[in-house]
Amino acid sequence: MTDPVIRISDMNKWFGTFHVLRDINLQVAAGEKIVICGPSGSGKSTLIRCLNRLEQHQEGVIEVEGVSLDGSVKNLESIRSNVGMVFQQFNLFPHMSVLENCTLAPIWVRQKTKQQAEALARQFLERVRIPDQADKYPGQLSGGQQQRVAIARALCMNPDIMLFDEPTSALDPEMIKEVLDVMVELAEDGMTMLCVTHEMGFARQVADRVIFMDEGEIVEENAPEAFFSNPQNERTKMFLSQVLSH
Amino acid sequence: MQVLVLAAVLGAMAWLVGNVQSNLERQNINSGFGFLSERAGFGINQTLIAYTEDDSFGRVLAVGLLNTLLVSALGIFFATLLGFSLGVARLSRNWLISKIAMVYIEIFRNVPLLLQIMFWYFGVLRNLPSPRQAVSIGDAIFMSNRGFVVLWLEASAGAFWYGLAALGLVIGGIWLRRRAANAQITTGQATRVWRPLLGLAVALFGGAALMAGVPFALDVPHLKGFNFRGGLTVIPEFVALLLALSLYTAAFIAEIVRAGINSVSKGQREASAALGLPESVALRLVVIPQALRVIIPPLTSQYLNLTKNSSLAVAIAYPDIVSVLAGTTLSQVGQALEIIFITMMIYLSLSLLTSWAMNRYNQRMAFVGNNT
Repeated sequence: MTDPVIRISDMNKWFGTFHVLRDINLQVAAGEKIVICGPSGSGKSTLIRCLNRLEQHQEGVIEVEGVSLDGSVKNLESIRSNVGMVFQQFNLFPHMSVLENCTLAPIWVRQKTKQQAEALARQFLERVRIPDQADKYPGQLSGGQQQRVAIARALCMNPDIMLFDEPTSALDPEMIKEVLDVMVELAEDGMTMLCVTHEMGFARQVADRVIFMDEGEIVEENAPEAFFSNPQNERTKMFLSQVLSH
Repeated sequence: MQVLVLAAVLGAMAWLVGNVQSNLERQNINSGFGFLSERAGFGINQTLIAYTEDDSFGRVLAVGLLNTLLVSALGIFFATLLGFSLGVARLSRNWLISKIAMVYIEIFRNVPLLLQIMFWYFGVLRNLPSPRQAVSIGDAIFMSNRGFVVLWLEASAGAFWYGLAALGLVIGGIWLRRRAANAQITTGQATRVWRPLLGLAVALFGGAALMAGVPFALDVPHLKGFNFRGGLTVIPEFVALLLALSLYTAAFIAEIVRAGINSVSKGQREASAALGLPESVALRLVVIPQALRVIIPPLTSQYLNLTKNSSLAVAIAYPDIVSVLAGTTLSQVGQALEIIFITMMIYLSLSLLTSWAMNRYNQRMAFVGNNT
């Protein structure tokens, strides 16, 4: 394995007195796709939110591309601009058009001209298959379209790593596929991805590793084939029997 | 039944009008608006337009209205500036900054405005030393119990050309900016505007200097007898009223701004942070534009309140519209009905105008499409 782009060692986090993440150790190689699953409240979202410090960990070390997340603002801004994130609730900026959503950060963080940023944005909107919605506002789009804009917005920063926090959980069933298709394509292009999701089909198709979390711990991690066909831990078996039964 | 009620109301109104007319006749009080062209015969200590005792009551109305507009417009400007800063400070993660903002807000919004006006006027400004011992800042501003005297420029006739040059500069600046914005969209070149703008300024004002020389003279305040001569005098009544209105209203605006910013969902800040946007940029371009939707309607009523509250000027005899029209003029002419009517109409028009402008601004801020 080459140098990992993400290295988490002995990381612990508490919300007040509640111990959300316990002794997390995880390394992710460049280009690796990781799916994190587990019951709600198991700390999986909190884990990936620690990777761009939307949540702060209290113990242990998190390094992203060799830069430590230690509260230094300079480190933080450099990491954040290289790590894209897609949220469950899209979090598009409702007062800006789709194009403006996509060009805001390239202009203000990457110092691109408006024209360069717009060309870039149109290119990524094409990739997520909504080039003709560029001048609309988020409120005029369907959920699936909004989430694809959110993916394009993150990609406009040319990130090395993409974090997905339950990207399809707020979508109507018929829109899930259009978002997953975009994510599969992104995976095929070699993006490093960490994805919290309940879409087990997606995990089977793209993941290099599946990580199962429960009560703040990484309980089991394995290649998808082995993970689904031969789970080791009782808690994993229990969870899989629940999500795969329908 | 309805017809009966209508008849009763009309009857009561007819009786009232008749009663007022006969009473006015008995007391020898004129009716109508003829008094507006009569000689006023009293002085006013702050006039934005030329005014002497020989001018008419109509002129008095204009002077008072302008004084009201001046204190209200400046009050709105300063209250907004201070209010937004305090509102943002109130939400600061810095404990000290947030607590200072909180203490300010709680003090200024919980003491009656009338008391605050009196405090600044009688408590502070009237207790400044006499002009002879005036507190001076760099010999340009003198603060005494007669008000503030400020170093000023005296303009003579040739200043017209300078005004023209300034106008040209504003128009040229707008044109340059628009051209630069178009250039960025079409060629991607971010052109800097300030260099040609500077050139334009030199050319325009150079031209004005050629035409008219230097038609300005420094008007330096100096003591003569018991008071200052020269300079621009700002009366203490104005300073006290402006201070009290701005500081009081800013406390309310701060709370409105705080509520507005809090109304923007946490996800918006997180998405900005995840994109690597610095916090100041996120606040300015993502959070505040969305907060404005929530802020503007209550902000409008604060603007209206400030304008209406400026009528408390009466307490310290600042010559606003209520003071000079519904006060002095009324006591001289005695036509209460007409004068109070005019004054009410003026405030009503000002308020409606403000509301209209703010509503238009708010419409521009509205989101497009469905938003939860």
